[in-house]
Amino acid sequence: MSQDIYVLIEHLRGQVAELSYTMLAAGRELAQGAGGNVVAVLLGHNAKELGKDFAADKVLYLDHALLADFTSDAYQKALADLIGKDQPRAVLFGNSSIGADVASVLSMRLDLPLVSSCRSFTQDGKFVSQICGGKIMAEGELPGPTALVTMVPGGYQPDQGRSAAAPSITEAPVPALEALRVALSKYIEPETGDVDISKEPLLIAVGRGIQNKDNIELAENLAQAIGGVVCGSRPVIDQGWLATSRLVGKSGKHVKPKIYFAMGISGAPEHAEAIMQSDTIIAINTDPKAPIFDVAKYGVEGDIFDLVEVLTEKVQQAK
Amino acid sequence: MNIIVLAKLVPDLVEELTIDPGGAALDLTFARWIINEFDDHAIEQGILLKERGGGTVTVLVPDLDGADDVLFTAAAKGADRLIKLGGDFNGVNNHALARAFAAVVKELQADLILTGVQAHDDLDGSAGPLLAECLQMPYVGYVSGVSINDGKSLLRKEYPGGLLAEMEVTTPAVLGIQAAEQPPRYVAVSKVRQAMKTSSIEEQDASSLDPCGGPTVGRMFQPEAAAHATMIAGSPDEVADKLVDLFKELGVL
Repeated sequence: MSQDIYVLIEHLRGQVAELSYTMLAAGRELAQGAGGNVVAVLLGHNAKELGKDFAADKVLYLDHALLADFTSDAYQKALADLIGKDQPRAVLFGNSSIGADVASVLSMRLDLPLVSSCRSFTQDGKFVSQICGGKIMAEGELPGPTALVTMVPGGYQPDQGRSAAAPSITEAPVPALEALRVALSKYIEPETGDVDISKEPLLIAVGRGIQNKDNIELAENLAQAIGGVVCGSRPVIDQGWLATSRLVGKSGKHVKPKIYFAMGISGAPEHAEAIMQSDTIIAINTDPKAPIFDVAKYGVEGDIFDLVEVLTEKVQQAK
Repeated sequence: MNIIVLAKLVPDLVEELTIDPGGAALDLTFARWIINEFDDHAIEQGILLKERGGGTVTVLVPDLDGADDVLFTAAAKGADRLIKLGGDFNGVNNHALARAFAAVVKELQADLILTGVQAHDDLDGSAGPLLAECLQMPYVGYVSGVSINDGKSLLRKEYPGGLLAEMEVTTPAVLGIQAAEQPPRYVAVSKVRQAMKTSSIEEQDASSLDPCGGPTVGRMFQPEAAAHATMIAGSPDEVADKLVDLFKELGVL
């Protein structure tokens, strides 16, 4: 039993996730209150050097050929062993494709409490979670003895999780990884598509509010008039109205255009996070309380369909 | 092949959310319950698997307002068996839900269990992986494509940036569905009505609802944004003029 805060580092093909640095920064805040150390937990194979810029007091490195790539089963086994033995005060996971596959299973396996979607911790160590598409925050005492926590981005700066001074890296034992039920076959590269939206300076983005596939044309027309490119949020891509290469968000691209013009996008946290680096966000939404207006610089409360054609016309005239 | 789909009902975010007088929970008195959208994708994926490889699809939901609608809609899409789990599920966390589901699912001899990868009201992890561990089955989440072959499931898992991983999982397994291979199909109201006549809902009581493992919320609140957009008001014509001026100011026109 210790007051240490463990942070599970997420990495894919040699690249550490930004979210892991955010979690190291969160871990620091929590460790200061608890009086423990920040311990980065790195699982991999020949991947020790990934730990060199972690803002952590210590890196625990678990090396095994079967940990070279993430699979839920192997990670669960290795972490169950480590957490069971060390009993830290908390373990932070990403609320992500890696962390979320692991944290819930460990909660049941080790009979440890789990808090999900945590965005930040208060100074006295309470968790603050973001739920209901960012519309509600839930705060509470961090449960004990060891709290498992999945974290969403937004509460801390990833740069605060980086350090120029390399932390000490200690190898930790890996339990027998036998009878694994999940195996990686291969990676499938992202669809490249015709454009790379992460490099486009002017994005016309559509969300659920665009209502149907035919209406995409309205966005295309505006994009053409102004010299931009159309992209969309998850519901639009899932419906097959736009190609996957145009997806902005958690599983898609993070973008940083000069102008991000969001039409009918509510601005759920996963989407908001992916557009934060834009210079200017302009949003149109019928719901005045849509979270997109909290990240947008300019907003229009109204119906896209009343506005977009007349806007396209006026843009054409103004050229 | 025996495919089980677990669906959760969640408050519709289109409606105004309010905090109850105790200040630590949502006031669900007037909540409109809808299917968790990822669970809708899980149902679609289940039906697609059945269409491709045969078998049956059983859909399970907790008994909340709207549960019958969800089940009959699933039946209209092609689900074979509908089970409603009885109990007081208002405000019940995922640990309790997973344990209650597990008790029922154990008896169903599932080859594959599909459920949405997450729900917007999750505060103690998500139902899928919690259930998987209760049943000692493997779990993979963020799945957007599934096939089954020879006691194994081949699936596509999503990572950030559009990267996918193809993974092989031994069955039975629990998969957290991010998106079905095609958008959830639309069914006409008339077909749902027909399903109400031709299919029946089995009711089973949850043995107990044990929330152990979830956190206790001390306070719930609506976030105050650090900043808010400068709103541009007026008729569509006026708004369009102002936006054109803004585009000029920003140097793109």
